[in-house]
Amino acid sequence: MHFYSSPESHVRLVAFASAAALLVACSSEARKGSDSASASTSRGGSVALTGAGATFPYPIYSKWFADYAAKTGVKINYQSIGSGGGIRQLSEQTVDFGASDSPMTDDEMAKAKGGPILHFPTVLGAVALIYNLPGLKQPLKLDGPTLADIYLGTIKKWNDGRIAALNPGTALPNADILVVHRSDGSGTSFIFTDYLSAVSPAWKGGPGKGKEVQWPVGLGAKGNEGVAGQVRQSVGAIGYAELAYAKQNKITTALVKNASGEMVAPTIESATAAAAGAAAALPANTDYRVSIVNAKGAGAYPIASFTWILVYQDQRDAVKGKQLVDFLTWALTDGQSEARSLDYAPIPATMSQQLVERLKTIKVGAAL
Amino acid sequence: MTAPETVVGPIPLDESPGGLAARLASAGVGDRIYRVVITAFAALVPLLLVAIALEIGVAAWPALRTFGFSFLTSSDWDPVNGSFGAAPALYGTVVSSLLALVIATPLALGVAIYLSEFAPSWLRQPVSFLVDLLAAVPSVVYGLWGIFVLIPLLRTTIVPFFKDTLHLGATPFFSGPNYGPSMLAAGIILAIMVLPYISAVAREVLLAVPRSQREAALALGATRWEMIWGAVLPFARSGIIGGVILGLGRALGETMAVTMVIGNTHDISSSLLAPGYTMASLIANQFSEATGDLHLSALMAVGFTLFVVTLVVNAIARWLVWRVARHD
Repeated sequence: MHFYSSPESHVRLVAFASAAALLVACSSEARKGSDSASASTSRGGSVALTGAGATFPYPIYSKWFADYAAKTGVKINYQSIGSGGGIRQLSEQTVDFGASDSPMTDDEMAKAKGGPILHFPTVLGAVALIYNLPGLKQPLKLDGPTLADIYLGTIKKWNDGRIAALNPGTALPNADILVVHRSDGSGTSFIFTDYLSAVSPAWKGGPGKGKEVQWPVGLGAKGNEGVAGQVRQSVGAIGYAELAYAKQNKITTALVKNASGEMVAPTIESATAAAAGAAAALPANTDYRVSIVNAKGAGAYPIASFTWILVYQDQRDAVKGKQLVDFLTWALTDGQSEARSLDYAPIPATMSQQLVERLKTIKVGAAL
Repeated sequence: MTAPETVVGPIPLDESPGGLAARLASAGVGDRIYRVVITAFAALVPLLLVAIALEIGVAAWPALRTFGFSFLTSSDWDPVNGSFGAAPALYGTVVSSLLALVIATPLALGVAIYLSEFAPSWLRQPVSFLVDLLAAVPSVVYGLWGIFVLIPLLRTTIVPFFKDTLHLGATPFFSGPNYGPSMLAAGIILAIMVLPYISAVAREVLLAVPRSQREAALALGATRWEMIWGAVLPFARSGIIGGVILGLGRALGETMAVTMVIGNTHDISSSLLAPGYTMASLIANQFSEATGDLHLSALMAVGFTLFVVTLVVNAIARWLVWRVARHD
């Protein structure tokens, strides 16, 4: 046995070292992977752009990518991994563009490795309020402060005086309100809590706005379908879902009072009206990282938001940079007409012209 | 009991001239390469485990350093203000898994005993097959079934039965409003998911109990029930515990089905009707949209905690099986 002990420990050492080397090789390979992949595509004949981010606009983006590829031959690969993942990947420069349902914070922008990032609103989303009150003959009407207090848990019953005052002539049941919210981090929650923060100081100082907040009351359900399912099953429940989801599933939605005092139903038109109202108030040098909740203007639905595509201002790869600008130009002009068919609200025409102008500030193949 | 001394490591070679050692030496490089390759493969798996633990640990470190031990005791989960505590998720993971075992173990044992002791042979195969098939159902399907079948059933029938017919409404376990999505719903879904694992292991272990064991008990005048209880089950005990632990491991890590029925609320409640959270569903819910560094790190810390809980549970299980086996 003595004779064997030394070669054996030697063998163990070698095995350990080689396994460790393998692990190191694997991980560094993974990190390099994306660089070499993008290098090879730009060297090849057809250009392929890669993007990652928000899931909310994925249906319209994938339609755009398909139509654009058919038109120009430019392939765009998009991973709908969530806004957070999109921002991280863009910051690490592993994708050519990112997409997000909430604008990047100054902190996140400062950490991006490729320099200044430009935000381009692409389409609009709106959040519809859904509820389950079988006795109600006409749509429920709510205003911001009341909604915030329902979600804060300070209004507990459907026949509360404040809800009744907004719904004259409607018999509201003496039933508990079951609040339903999203359990997964989501842009829908961001828009909703952004609105609640805008209309309620108590909400702003409490849970605040975010893709995931500390909900004071209620049940968390996964995805629009989870929230809608929970609301459908429980009498007395209230929840929120993307406009497109509520529309496609023909769910009854509540009217919400906007900043001009009108009761507005969530529709594609009222979301675009909100953007138009907000766009009129934008300063000339805006970076479009703006919230349009509680927008003024006739017929503006108050719980709406842009969704953004994020690109670096300095496009080092001249070929890909040009393709990216061309694609965005197309998406902001011709592409907008496709939005409606998929229940997304197009951005107002005047604003899309401003955005196309802004695309020209992208430096393609900047002197490097 | 004294176990025979077992030889650990390579078997000593016959080192006489012309013996195995000499032949090996002449056989040369091939064997040595073979041995290196095999050892490398064997080392790779534990190394992977260590690498995963390290990677998660490093990513979790900022959150663990910021919150310290309060990460495990605080019920705060506030991504907006950057304050994180995993107590409700830790509690929910443990309670939902234990609840699943409490429900699934008697059922699974019943199935296994029936199949190994009572079922006519023509029935044994199809029933085993169907029970095993439960393990093949994707967890998202269980989740959908939970939302559309189990939760309405809980709300209209099962919970009212416990609350009103059995008068358990006054106990802390069945207090509070009955929304549907709850710890109880998660426990039941998990029970159905782990049942095939426990019953498959228990069935095989029971079938492996020697015939002589049964015959001896019957020969002593035992009834069939006494034979199973006194002679078969004790013999199979360590194996059955192993099966239960396998089920527990499955329950601890289950994500999708639980997320869909547990209600996802950061709250610790004694009531089984209250919604809760588990560590796996917390990660699944929030990871993709987490942007803040501390938020991400907190999720990693939840992952690390889950990792440690799983390791501890498995260590306890090993110890239990070992103790039971030694006791026999």
